[in-house]
Amino acid sequence: MLAATDISFTYGRRANDGRAKAGHYVLEDVSITVERGSIVGLLGPNGSGKTTLLRIVAGILSPLAGTVLIGGQPIEQLTRRELARRIAVVPQETHSTFDFSVMDMVLMGRYPHLGPFELEGAADQEIAREALTATGTAALEARAFATLSGGEKQRVVIASALAQASEMLLLDEPTAALDLGYQFEIAALLRGLNAERRTTMIVSTHDLNLAAAICEHIVLLKDGRVLAHGATRDTLTAENIRWLYDVDADVQFHERAGHLTVVPIARAH
Amino acid sequence: MRQRLIWTVAGFGTLAFAACLFGPLVGSTRIHLSAVFDRSIPYADNVDAQIFFVARLPRVLAAALVGSALALSGVVFQALLRNPLASPDTLGVSAGAALGAMMAITFNFDFSLLGISAVPLASFAGSFGALLIVYGLSTARRRGTSTIVLLLGGVTVQALLSAVIAFVQYLADFTQTFRNVRWLMGSLDVASYAPIGAALVPMTIAWAGFATLPRVLDLISVGSESAAARGVNVERTERVALVSASLATGAAVSLAGPVSFVGIVVPHLVRLIVGADHRLVLPGSALFGGAFLIGCDLVARTIIAPLELPVGIVTAIIGGPVFLWLLFRRA
Repeated sequence: MLAATDISFTYGRRANDGRAKAGHYVLEDVSITVERGSIVGLLGPNGSGKTTLLRIVAGILSPLAGTVLIGGQPIEQLTRRELARRIAVVPQETHSTFDFSVMDMVLMGRYPHLGPFELEGAADQEIAREALTATGTAALEARAFATLSGGEKQRVVIASALAQASEMLLLDEPTAALDLGYQFEIAALLRGLNAERRTTMIVSTHDLNLAAAICEHIVLLKDGRVLAHGATRDTLTAENIRWLYDVDADVQFHERAGHLTVVPIARAH
Repeated sequence: MRQRLIWTVAGFGTLAFAACLFGPLVGSTRIHLSAVFDRSIPYADNVDAQIFFVARLPRVLAAALVGSALALSGVVFQALLRNPLASPDTLGVSAGAALGAMMAITFNFDFSLLGISAVPLASFAGSFGALLIVYGLSTARRRGTSTIVLLLGGVTVQALLSAVIAFVQYLADFTQTFRNVRWLMGSLDVASYAPIGAALVPMTIAWAGFATLPRVLDLISVGSESAAARGVNVERTERVALVSASLATGAAVSLAGPVSFVGIVVPHLVRLIVGADHRLVLPGSALFGGAFLIGCDLVARTIIAPLELPVGIVTAIIGGPVFLWLLFRRA
């Protein structure tokens, strides 16, 4: 289980007492808990602090105030490698400057499991192949990462996060750059990984229907504060969507989809 | 992986060793390898051996060191800034080192630290100073400005430093100026082992730093945040990499002047052969960089013999087109 409690953060200057100047908080007293094996959706308008919260949970940024506990242990007590063995991150987009192959990219996920000068062995190769198979990219193994399509890249990056063999995956807008077909593919992949491996996930997204399809719980962030959180069917309501985005929307259970669906209607005034 | 590492080191190592062995054989006086290593002739009477070890080997070794240091720095800058066009020259780091070294030479600085004498020290200070400016730009890049800003920044730093170099030259006397101009073209006029020894001190520190980097550079070249999320201490890596690269560039420039384009040509040629993995690219570039500059210096020494070209002209004539090719391949 992961629990972040009373997290505050600012990118700007901090006042002398170590607190941010009023109105400059990116996050202010944010608390979330994520049960083992669940998928939690993080929704909110641009600039609401979603990415910052993910960075703090991953230990990339340290919060101004508040604590993050993983399995009851504060993350700052873990070394970077130890933390990376428990939490893996899938960034929004990944570009490789050099011509790494798909296999190279996935093997990089083994970094926190290896000693400083240790080379990947047969066991690491095996884990990487499993991760490729789990994400349906085994056939791409020898391809150059840079030549893949957006959807293929995203699946390979998820494979690389799986190779990290962590119990938890943080995904930052995993479908933002993808077309409709790939969006469904990634959604199915995440749901499948969660069902088969019980991988815990926090998924930040602007895609309300993706959240409705895969998340059991949802946290709504606005202006660095938690607007609402709870089970998806209680939280993803027309009223909350209006508060969050100033958009009028219809939210209905869709028989064929098997989950709530959100149809945005118009800007609310 | 282990196999590929062995092949890379063996292949490029053989090339570098062969260059060091056969490089000194070429020159105005013909000498023979069999005579050089003929133990039956005492060294005092062995003219071939004397030419080999006294007249020519220092220059070849200097070329090896300089080429290897510049190539290593190029690899590190490219990975750290996630930019295939980054190199000691394009970032203005070489120009900074040249300015430092030139001031030390022109104004006869006389001090030393940890056994490193004034010229390499000033050279390192200059390269580090230029690097801090460029590094400031690169962190600004992380806030959203583009690769182009960084390269333009590097070009601007370089132009600025060249102006200061011209100013220092203007203050120097006439003969001094002539020597400076030759030196600024990048020349390997090294006739003894002493400057090599002096450059070895900072170079060894830099090598120790580089040795910690290969795998971490792979991860950082894909993204500093994803590297951090995989357990890399990104800030510490950046510090080690930048200090090592500016030490190496400073040492190289203090030895041979700002020899251009080695830091960009060698890493890319090596990548074409071994792929992107820095555990192969870094040792490969160190070895091939040495062999490459020895080769360029051979051309410089022989193409208009008995006159000798500054080696920087040869590297620039080879490197310019390669750079353009890279630029347009990316675009």
